[in-house]
Amino acid sequence: SPQVVWSMLGNRQFCSYKMTTKTQNFCRNEYNLTGLCNRSSCPLANSQYATIREEKGRCYLYMKTIERAAFPRRLWERVLLNKNYEKALEQIDENLIYWPRFIRHKCKQRFTKITQYLIRIRKLTLKRQRKLVPLRRKIERRERRREEKALIAAQLDNAIEKELLERLKQDTYGDIYNFPIHAFDKALQQQEAESESDSDAEREEEEEEDVNTREFVEAEDSELSDFEDMDKLETSSEEEQEEEEEVEKKASHSKSKGKTPLKGPARRKRPYIEIEYEEETEPTTKTKAA
Amino acid sequence: AGDGGGAAERGGPPAPQRVLFPPTFSVSEIKNKQRRHFMFLRWKQQQRKEKLAAKKMRRKEREALGDKAPPKAIPKTIENQRVYDETTVDPTDEEVAFDEATDEFAPYFNRQTVPKILITTSDRPRGRTVRFCEQLATVIPNSHVYYRRGLALKRIIPQCIARDFTDLIVINEDRKIPNGLVLSHLPDGPTAHFRMSSVRLRKEIKRKGKEPTEHVPEVILNNFTTRLGHSVGRMFASLFPHDPQFIGRQVATFHNQRDYIFFRFHRYIFKSEKKVGIQELGPRFTLKLRSLQKGTFDSKFGEYEWIHKRREMDTSRRKFHL
Repeated sequence: SPQVVWSMLGNRQFCSYKMTTKTQNFCRNEYNLTGLCNRSSCPLANSQYATIREEKGRCYLYMKTIERAAFPRRLWERVLLNKNYEKALEQIDENLIYWPRFIRHKCKQRFTKITQYLIRIRKLTLKRQRKLVPLRRKIERRERRREEKALIAAQLDNAIEKELLERLKQDTYGDIYNFPIHAFDKALQQQEAESESDSDAEREEEEEEDVNTREFVEAEDSELSDFEDMDKLETSSEEEQEEEEEVEKKASHSKSKGKTPLKGPARRKRPYIEIEYEEETEPTTKTKAA
Repeated sequence: AGDGGGAAERGGPPAPQRVLFPPTFSVSEIKNKQRRHFMFLRWKQQQRKEKLAAKKMRRKEREALGDKAPPKAIPKTIENQRVYDETTVDPTDEEVAFDEATDEFAPYFNRQTVPKILITTSDRPRGRTVRFCEQLATVIPNSHVYYRRGLALKRIIPQCIARDFTDLIVINEDRKIPNGLVLSHLPDGPTAHFRMSSVRLRKEIKRKGKEPTEHVPEVILNNFTTRLGHSVGRMFASLFPHDPQFIGRQVATFHNQRDYIFFRFHRYIFKSEKKVGIQELGPRFTLKLRSLQKGTFDSKFGEYEWIHKRREMDTSRRKFHL
């Protein structure tokens, strides 16, 4: 009889479905209505019992009566509940019509909770689900190690610097960076290689200079007519030296200022200053030519 | 303990006599761990001495021969020994040139489109990821950061196309650090999925300079040799506007080494003609390509051009795909 069963299982003997915690006892039996281990909710200790269980999204009402207590196979009777919430509640009422209030109430409560969580499951599956991909420790370690080694092999700073210098050489930056030493050495080499064709260019340069320096240059030419070539050479070398000085000044300028690149027009202003220095640097150019 | 020490010491001096007699005596056959360790160390020292002696001999021979000495042997590196990839791009290949003229990046390279980039994250980004997104937005000109708020990518993409975005970057986050990057070229372009590692924000970089300015940086793409590497390189190039402003003196580098793509952002200055100084600003990270998809982001039905399959592709240590 159920009282005997309860007196055994409930307090004294062992029940395998019972789980005790500090505050409460739980029942792990799958037919349990509330989940707690009580006299009224133990499916083993009540000969008339009912539960709601869901399978694959459909809810069923399970009922157990005294008449079938001797037939374990047919013990639990199962009724499929309607998908509609209200109609299912009516079904529960109609099936459990003369049953104790406690069981009816708890069945409806359980049914409500189950439908709610089924709705939530359906909503979540529609949303984006995060796929968890397991990491393999060995592979992670290997990848990390390889990355470090690749970093060392890459020598990034050197590679970037090389690439930038390449681009500078190939003139992608155009006129922004003036390092005339290089461009200037090229020009010198060109001059030496093709001195005849370049003499016209020299003369043209001189004429441009002459526009500004008319006073000085004409006087010199008139005085030293025999040494015309020498003069031309000297003045051209003076130009070169002055440009070099310019460059040094600019380099020191850039070092002091740090990051701002010097702009083009600043250079064009210089030729006016050249005039003043011409005479001063004459002795040094003579030693250079020698 | 004293006995063990004594045994080791005794095992030392008489051992050389023992080494000579039995023909096969390997260090690994000694059962006693201490003695075995000791013998192994001694064997190692011997090897080192022999190696040093061989080196000296070789050097003497070299000097003796003088000019006739054979050229120095080049040490083998992984890059030297790399398994030749048949998809390596030849600069003069016409087919490649034709493909590149007609692929999805052609309008960018023909200067018909200006890149406009949308940067976003996965759901609920944590602080580090958010800051990383902001810094990335300063590095890439014409980019905007938007919060995700649980929107599906498939719905975002048509909206982006409607608002004229050319690229979409999604930074995936796991446990408060960014660990993945999805780069998708929008009007129906390829989508690349990378794994991102060693992310350093600006404040974690030592000796960094001031903030990156608004100038358009230059782009350096190093070492993208195969066809796959070429297409990935073009994807990166299409993120930045075509005309860099040299006044800004900023350069963004994507350097590929052994299938790892290192991203750095520097400011450079030419100290002289043969010397340039660079200073790192900006975030840095490394990427490893996981998959390249032909259309826009679609994980289920997309057509994958390349997926990294570990079992097939990671068989050799000298084989790289980019």
